[in-house]
Amino acid sequence: MTLQPEAQEPAPRLTVDHLDIAYGDFVIMRDLNFTIRRGDIFIIMGGSGCGKSTLMRVLVGLKSPSGGEVLYEEGSLWRTDEDTRAAILRRAGVLFQSGALFSSMTLAENIALPLQQYTRLRPRDIREVVALKLALVGLAGFEDFYPSEISGGMCKRAGLARAMALDPDILFFDEPSAGLDPVSANLLDELILELRDSLKATFVVVTHELASIFAIGNNSVYLDVETRTMTAHGDPKKLLEESTDPVLRHFLTRGKE
Amino acid sequence: MAKGTGNSAAEKAACQVTLEGGDLLVAFAGSWRVGSELPDAEAARRSMRSYPAAKALRFECAQVTGWDSLFLSTCRAMLAVAAEMKLTVDTSGLPPGVESLLDLAAKVPERKGAARTASSAPLLERIGDWTLTARDNFLSLLEFIGEVALACVSLAKGRAVYQRSTLWSLIKQTGIDAVPIVSLISLLVGLILAFVGAIQLRQFGAQIYVSTIVGIAMVRVMGAIMTGIIMAGRTGAAFAAELGTMQVNEEIDALRTFGFSPAEFLVLPRVLALVLMMPLLCIYADLMGILGGFIVGVVMLDINPLQYLHSTWNSVPLANLWIGLVHSTVFGVLIALAGCYRGMRCGRSALAVGQATTSAVVTSILSIIIATAIITVVCEIIGV
Ligand SMILES: Nc1ncnc2c1ncn2[C@@H]1O[C@H](COP(=O)(O)OP(=O)(O)OP(=O)(O)O)[C@@H](O)[C@H]1O
Ligand SMILES: [Mg+2]
Repeated sequence: MTLQPEAQEPAPRLTVDHLDIAYGDFVIMRDLNFTIRRGDIFIIMGGSGCGKSTLMRVLVGLKSPSGGEVLYEEGSLWRTDEDTRAAILRRAGVLFQSGALFSSMTLAENIALPLQQYTRLRPRDIREVVALKLALVGLAGFEDFYPSEISGGMCKRAGLARAMALDPDILFFDEPSAGLDPVSANLLDELILELRDSLKATFVVVTHELASIFAIGNNSVYLDVETRTMTAHGDPKKLLEESTDPVLRHFLTRGKE
Repeated sequence: MAKGTGNSAAEKAACQVTLEGGDLLVAFAGSWRVGSELPDAEAARRSMRSYPAAKALRFECAQVTGWDSLFLSTCRAMLAVAAEMKLTVDTSGLPPGVESLLDLAAKVPERKGAARTASSAPLLERIGDWTLTARDNFLSLLEFIGEVALACVSLAKGRAVYQRSTLWSLIKQTGIDAVPIVSLISLLVGLILAFVGAIQLRQFGAQIYVSTIVGIAMVRVMGAIMTGIIMAGRTGAAFAAELGTMQVNEEIDALRTFGFSPAEFLVLPRVLALVLMMPLLCIYADLMGILGGFIVGVVMLDINPLQYLHSTWNSVPLANLWIGLVHSTVFGVLIALAGCYRGMRCGRSALAVGQATTSAVVTSILSIIIATAIITVVCEIIGV
């Protein structure tokens, strides 16, 4: 076996290979190719409606692609049976754009649900883990509130706490900071960096927030609406310095260039 | 007829298209606001098209006294016509705000392929589409039934993942909470059956057979059908609306990402709750119906209470009770499946939740009637 030139780099956690995504005949994106490495904070960026959420649904096994492959460390996500897919996704955590909390349960019950199912913790310990996760997202004391009783931004943060419930080693966040005030958004960025460093988790983050793209992202992909494919791939800070693509520059400079 | 409140002559909006030195000149005047009286915009566009030789489009707005979005949309439609006629457009004649807002509206080009064309397809094509949809629906129904069957298998193996606490609260919701309405309706059905029978039987002095009619009818089918219809409207609709809303909120997707199977986690407890509660409610409904008949018999027909009960007991074969229970169990399965199926296949909008609820009730009632017919024929054949 020959030594790879990039042997220094961490192992790939998730590889997307010639991926095509469509709703029926309506093609959203085609020919996506990128690799997310262990410990990356990988940003999916692009204009509104370009298909970022849809791409995320494909990556987390909710929507089947119309072509191509999603390869996790453990193997292909789509060319396999239900049980293997479930096993692969057990190590992933997902925050939906809408939060998607279970509306018939309190916040504590929402977060406790996966813990009850997949761990052998005693109810007391579960309560403590739940309290910790809520405190991490700044919602300490809201255990017994129902999702309908808290604000949109709070739902988002509770969804974040739920996504982190099982300490997954790859997390998918759809616009985590949308609806948060600048201070909370900044705290969230710090939380992501902290979790990456302490738990060695990998993050895939859909976001429009330029500040957080540059603050936390070390790899990214830009999805272009017009050409319906990815037009850039790499560290967002480098992209800003080096890219000559006018559409991407326009995006990264808030339309100033 | 002026709709506005002010001076109608000055408020009235006007728009005139003329050809001036090879250019189209559109002259606007008056107040262009929602609520003011408007000229026919389509006519203006038609008159633009009637000068195919024109090279450019200019605007003249000195007479415009006020404008809002309505003016913008009129201008935008004219610009579209101009683009179609390949005219060079000079927007400098428009009021300053209008110009910049129109620029803003044109900034993001229309997404190609996103606009939907509402075409009325020819009949054959529609029949073809309809057949394809029907086939897809049938396949998706089979898939759903398959998923639920697999969930039942894992339940039997003791591996099904669902919350016991949810099962309990569902049993309470579907069973205990339904008792008042089931009582009322079955009691009244018993009363009605007894009344109708009494009128005929009294002519022969055979009042005592009211007890037989009410007893057999209630125990054999009526108890089951009445509870079935109540539960279709009450619980089937609730299941569809609940699961439909969860679908809209992406809650079901969230469950999937945690590796929970919605068939086990959501559908199974609902089916179990209804299958457990329906037979119990059915027996209860039978008793309430017999009570209704008893009231008519004792109060109106002066039958001795003990005699009435004795006659009911003797004349209703036990087999009828089993038939009634089979009915109600089958109905329980059908209602729960119909409600959950419609909910799980719900679209992502409020309208879709409404449709899911409606079709859950319609499907349940339809399947109750069809199942009754089938069970009746089968009973006839095997002779019970
Ligand atoms: N169920 C659906 N059926 C058909 N088309 C859909 C469906 N859901 C989304 N789309 C289309 O897919 C495209 C991408 O949607 P998506 O939600 O992935 O966008 P997005 O990039 O997440 O946007 P935003 O940043 O606003 O959240 C949209 O143009 C939308 O029209
Ligand atoms: Mg989105």
